[in-house]
Amino acid sequence: MAPLLSVKNLLVEFKTRAGIAKVLNNVSLDVHSGEILGVVGESGCGKSMTALSIMGLVPSPPGNVAGGTIELNGEDLLSASNKRLHQMRGKEISMIFQEPMTSLNPVFKVGHQIAEAILLHEKTTKSLAWERSVKMLDRVGIPEAAIRANSYPHEMSGGMRQRVMIAIALACNPKLLIADEPTTALDVTVQAQIFDLLRELQRETGTAIIMITHDMGAISELADRVAVMYAGHIIETGDTKDILSKPQHPYTRGLIACVPHLEENPSEERPYLAEIPGVVPPLTDLGKGCTFAPRCDFRTDDCTGSQPSLSKISDQHSVSCFNLNTVAS
Amino acid sequence: MDLALIFLRRLSHAVLLVLAVLVLNFLLIHLAPGDPADVIAGEMGGATEEMLAEIRELYGLNKPVIVQLGIYLGRAVQGDLGQSFFYNAPVSELILGRIGPTILLVTAALSFAIFVGTFLGVLASYKPKGFLSGFVTLFAVIGYSAPIFWTGLMLVIVFAWLIPVFPIAGMYDVTLDNGPVGRVLDILHHLILPALTLGIVYIAQYARLTRASMLEILGSDYIRTARAKGVSGPKIYGYHALRNAIIPIVTIAGLQFGSIVSGAVLVETVFSWPGLGTLAFDSILARDYPTVLGILFFSAVLVIVANLITDIVYRFVDPRIRTGG
Repeated sequence: MAPLLSVKNLLVEFKTRAGIAKVLNNVSLDVHSGEILGVVGESGCGKSMTALSIMGLVPSPPGNVAGGTIELNGEDLLSASNKRLHQMRGKEISMIFQEPMTSLNPVFKVGHQIAEAILLHEKTTKSLAWERSVKMLDRVGIPEAAIRANSYPHEMSGGMRQRVMIAIALACNPKLLIADEPTTALDVTVQAQIFDLLRELQRETGTAIIMITHDMGAISELADRVAVMYAGHIIETGDTKDILSKPQHPYTRGLIACVPHLEENPSEERPYLAEIPGVVPPLTDLGKGCTFAPRCDFRTDDCTGSQPSLSKISDQHSVSCFNLNTVAS
Repeated sequence: MDLALIFLRRLSHAVLLVLAVLVLNFLLIHLAPGDPADVIAGEMGGATEEMLAEIRELYGLNKPVIVQLGIYLGRAVQGDLGQSFFYNAPVSELILGRIGPTILLVTAALSFAIFVGTFLGVLASYKPKGFLSGFVTLFAVIGYSAPIFWTGLMLVIVFAWLIPVFPIAGMYDVTLDNGPVGRVLDILHHLILPALTLGIVYIAQYARLTRASMLEILGSDYIRTARAKGVSGPKIYGYHALRNAIIPIVTIAGLQFGSIVSGAVLVETVFSWPGLGTLAFDSILARDYPTVLGILFFSAVLVIVANLITDIVYRFVDPRIRTGG
């Protein structure tokens, strides 16, 4: 079956004072209808930029999509007109963001902000759109939705505001929802509620979700497949089960080892709090070798020569590493 | 909090403020040198010591200042601001006859400045490094720096003399008689140059302010949310961003009302606009204490009322304040 979203060899560059920063390098990923794809990686690895590229919202200047294709249902988004993009945003692809506290317009009622999305994309009356926004608020679990629709964002908590954001994003039944670290700014208990809500809504509507996060726990609970990113590259991708239980890339292994645990006896290999030594290289100066090589325990001479390509090790599982055999043993 | 309650609370503050203004103005003007009796005697063509004493007796100028103040306040709270030495008419009558044109001029200048300034600011924010943006900045610097009477004279030279499209002075053409509509149009025609002169400084300021707050707002998360919903460019600027950008404009406009009223004194003098400004100018020269005091009192009331209105408007443009109390 053809994928719903297909990103191929995406290149995104940013002009900075230090030179051209290659924010995304040959990023390719597919999302199929109704699935949840998790995108993980540490801050600055290009997760959010991948999302903004798909939305056509890369800030430009200084950003620039320098190459590749993004297709939604076979339609090329990078060559689409502005008018077409306005039609698609909110209707076919929606996005929710990291900071619910600042992502809603402070001077409009939340009901109005949901109704606006509906009025933009559907021929309906204001009062019908308002009724539907009340229904949406109810669906995302906001009590007394009819009253709360008249609230302003500052009268709501962070969790409530994120629910409103989800209501806005799902108001027009999009085919794809991009959730960019939707719970980072929220309390842990609220995080779980938001994840539950997203999963529930996903089951009801069949909307595909790209879940961007650095929370491996959330990935293991929600995602069907995972793409791991490092310094603007996808370095491993596969089924969630495979990635979590049989990670192949040294970076993926490091990420999973970084999840803190509370088992009785911490060992040398499994301390309470693990870390990956070193820092992400500057994106303006990536060199020609594997971007993870400077931090990798398995580094060989091959690694500094060129960036390994993403190659299949099974039907669903791909990794970009020269030394898979050494890493595995 | 209830809007009526807030209004009442602000109103009680305002009353106290007006009283303080009355006392302070009275004391200030008595600190200034010059004796009104001299001026009145001068107008009469000279006087003896006895006549001067008589004049002082007549207007209560021979009593101690503190007693004069008591009498003045006592009358003021009953609405009697005294008798003008110079015009020989009740001060409140003089002022009420002149306050209309001033309010017209000031509100025209302010609305003009707000609309044009905001519009230019939004345009400039569209391309923050473009030509228009640079023009707005340059215009703002010139606007700040040019003295108001100079701007007025330049506008008169250009638009009333070189290209005579506007009348040079006054508020209406007395020779004209063409019904109420014609009268209104005639007043508007006379209003344009003075309002432009008074407003030009503020246009520049509002344009700069709007540009700056628009740029900040356009980079905010909720604008990104609006884009992600599919809102198109013009609506992002004209609705989502502008609706937030007018909040600081309202604040500044309220604060600047006072300085616009004082600017009106100069503009009215340049354009012979029959408002409080010309009255103030004339009565200061004539050392007409009661009239000067009355004008100061009325301008203070104007500013206080403007601030009261700002407070209320503020609650409508920014919902965060509404619940804050």
